[in-house]
Amino acid sequence: MADFNSEFWHWYIAILTVISILACLWLIRWMTAGVKKTDDVESTGHVWDNDLTELNNPLPRWWLGLFYITLAFGGFYLLLYPGLGHFSGLLNWTSKGQYEQEVSIMEAKVGPLFARYQQTPILDLIKDDAALKIGERLYINYCSTCHGSDARGARGFPNLRDGDWLWGGDPQSIKTTLTLGRQAAMPAWEAALGGQTGVDEVTQYVLSLSGRSTIAEMAASGKAKYDIFCVACHGPTGTGNTALGAPNLTDDSWLYGGSINRIAESLTIGRNGKMPAFGEFLGEAKVHLLTAYIYGLSQGN
Amino acid sequence: MTNTETYNYKVVRQFAIMTIVWGIVGMSVGVLIAAQLAWPALNFDVPWLTFGRLRPLHTNAVIFAFGGCALFSCSYYVVQHTCHARLAFPALAGFTFWGWQAVILLAAITLPLGITTSKEYAELEWPIDILITLVWVSYALVFFGTIIKRKIPHIYVANWFFGAFIITVAVLHLFNSAALPVTILKSYSAYAGVQDAMVQWWYGHNAVGFFLTAGFLGIMYYFVPKQAGRPVYSYRLSVVHFWALVFTYIWAGPHHLHYTALPDWAQSLGMVMSLILLAPSWGGMINGIMTLSGAWHKLRTDPVLRLLVVSISFYGMSTFEGPMMAIKTVNALSHYTDWTIGHVHSGALGWVALVSMGAMYYLIPRLFGRELYSLKLVEVHFWTATIGIVLYIASMWVAGIMQGLMWRAVNADGTLTYSFVESVQAMHPYYIVRALGGAFFLLGALVMAYNLWRSIADAKPVEVEIPEPASAH
Repeated sequence: MADFNSEFWHWYIAILTVISILACLWLIRWMTAGVKKTDDVESTGHVWDNDLTELNNPLPRWWLGLFYITLAFGGFYLLLYPGLGHFSGLLNWTSKGQYEQEVSIMEAKVGPLFARYQQTPILDLIKDDAALKIGERLYINYCSTCHGSDARGARGFPNLRDGDWLWGGDPQSIKTTLTLGRQAAMPAWEAALGGQTGVDEVTQYVLSLSGRSTIAEMAASGKAKYDIFCVACHGPTGTGNTALGAPNLTDDSWLYGGSINRIAESLTIGRNGKMPAFGEFLGEAKVHLLTAYIYGLSQGN
Repeated sequence: MTNTETYNYKVVRQFAIMTIVWGIVGMSVGVLIAAQLAWPALNFDVPWLTFGRLRPLHTNAVIFAFGGCALFSCSYYVVQHTCHARLAFPALAGFTFWGWQAVILLAAITLPLGITTSKEYAELEWPIDILITLVWVSYALVFFGTIIKRKIPHIYVANWFFGAFIITVAVLHLFNSAALPVTILKSYSAYAGVQDAMVQWWYGHNAVGFFLTAGFLGIMYYFVPKQAGRPVYSYRLSVVHFWALVFTYIWAGPHHLHYTALPDWAQSLGMVMSLILLAPSWGGMINGIMTLSGAWHKLRTDPVLRLLVVSISFYGMSTFEGPMMAIKTVNALSHYTDWTIGHVHSGALGWVALVSMGAMYYLIPRLFGRELYSLKLVEVHFWTATIGIVLYIASMWVAGIMQGLMWRAVNADGTLTYSFVESVQAMHPYYIVRALGGAFFLLGALVMAYNLWRSIADAKPVEVEIPEPASAH
């Protein structure tokens, strides 16, 4: 067995354990041997610190019984369950086996239900209250930590209700996001933009994309830089690209905050949003139901 | 020939006073972090006041500062009195005091700064670990040096427990703290993965077993018969439960790692040995409580004795609860919940703190040649502390079991019934009750501090001559 790199350790553990339990037995046998039940308990005769003495009462019988019971239990347990080195125990129990058994019992119970939902198209599922209820429970357990109990997100974690999608909001795109996860990559631009001034100029231009008031000359220099560095992902008009997860800069939804300082910070240090992959962890059927729930949210459900 | 040698009370006094001081500090931090769990705003958004940094400060302060000082002072007092000999190596004894205070001070500085090895109950970084080692080796030399000087051939039972505690804690500390330093304030554990976890809990559980159990049984074995004025109930029981306890405890660590990557065989051994540990643990309880036979009436009039006896009852209760929680099926529910926190505190507040406080009521006035200022105030302390403990552990039982049940509840479709945050929300009222329980306990400690201060305020330290051993009869 992989737990031991040689037979020696198997025997080391097994023999030491058996000897230990026998040693406990021997200890109580030794201390109870030849003790008669008498009414007058004798003192050991030792005196410390003027008046500290000790009697020598016999071991209480109920306590001895308790000790014997736990020792016997230990012996039986180690006969039935793994414990003595790589001896697997008469029941052949393993924690991995127990886990797999519990999972398969649950699979057998709920498998047919999920199989049925898996066959139902998303557009039908979003009209099925029972399905959406399951989706909601899945969402609360697996998604709410980042996206919030109300699915309105938080800074760095997208709002799922507003119809604004970084990686696409159609059912198939949502399902891909859930299954494989997403890794956004906004590089840090400070050096490329020529330091703080460049960052400030591009910030002004980005503000102008969503129609906010700006300092005209700065925005103009910013546009020149935007057209070189930013255009590849965010597009010539700033509407973004869902294939890359590049946000639309012309609306008023800001994943990392829309204040001048926040926008400048995004430009300066970059951003690396990460959505974990849930495909293997949850399985296709649950991802399907979650997709329906999340798609439903954006449809005003 | 007259014996004019005196006991070394100086170091006993120093440790005894600091027991009270660190007790109040550690418990105050405990009340603060309990309140932070109920009202997170109390973190004040100040990094060094956040729960994550103050929690190890609390555990280190109550275990190693309060508990440690109590153990040093009591063991130094007891070993001298039961050996009829002055402490060996007086300079080393003095070093153990100042060295241990330095360790505590360094912990109080580094932990809030976030400097930690992140090993539970062994958070202190490697330079502090080395200082601990030096103090501990000195402690062993002083203690066993005094044992060698003893005038009575037979070694008193309290000293068996102190001795086992000193030796085992040295071994635990050395192995668990083995690490590779990279800077003066950062090191990496010598072990990796599940081996690291196993070494950590071998250490962690035996810190409970030897620091918080064997050591304090040593305190019990001296102060209970002394305060009751009765002989120890059974020498035979002492022998059995001492050897069985020290022998079995060392195996029990794996029960902290049930249903983890730890191999099944190791989990089984941890569980079996934890169950076998029940009887040896209770042997100490029987010996303590039955020592009162023939002196039960004293409980009515002597609140100090009552404090000691209640501590033994809590010892019995938590050493029953522990083996039960080590059973894998129970552990599957209790692990990672507040039930564990309740269990630890029924041992820590009920057993360790109360038996130390009882010993301090006995010890501190005597070290200054005084009587206790007020028995009435001990009575007040007894009741506030008891109410505090009951509020604390009862709220954590309810909270912990509810938490465990909420985490495992599943709907018919196999999804979890409750999200994690719902279980946190459900804890809120119990966290408030727990903080209240902690506050009661702290209040009791403050009453004790006042009482002891009034007892010795204008007193001079006393020198006591070592008597000749009484002749055996």
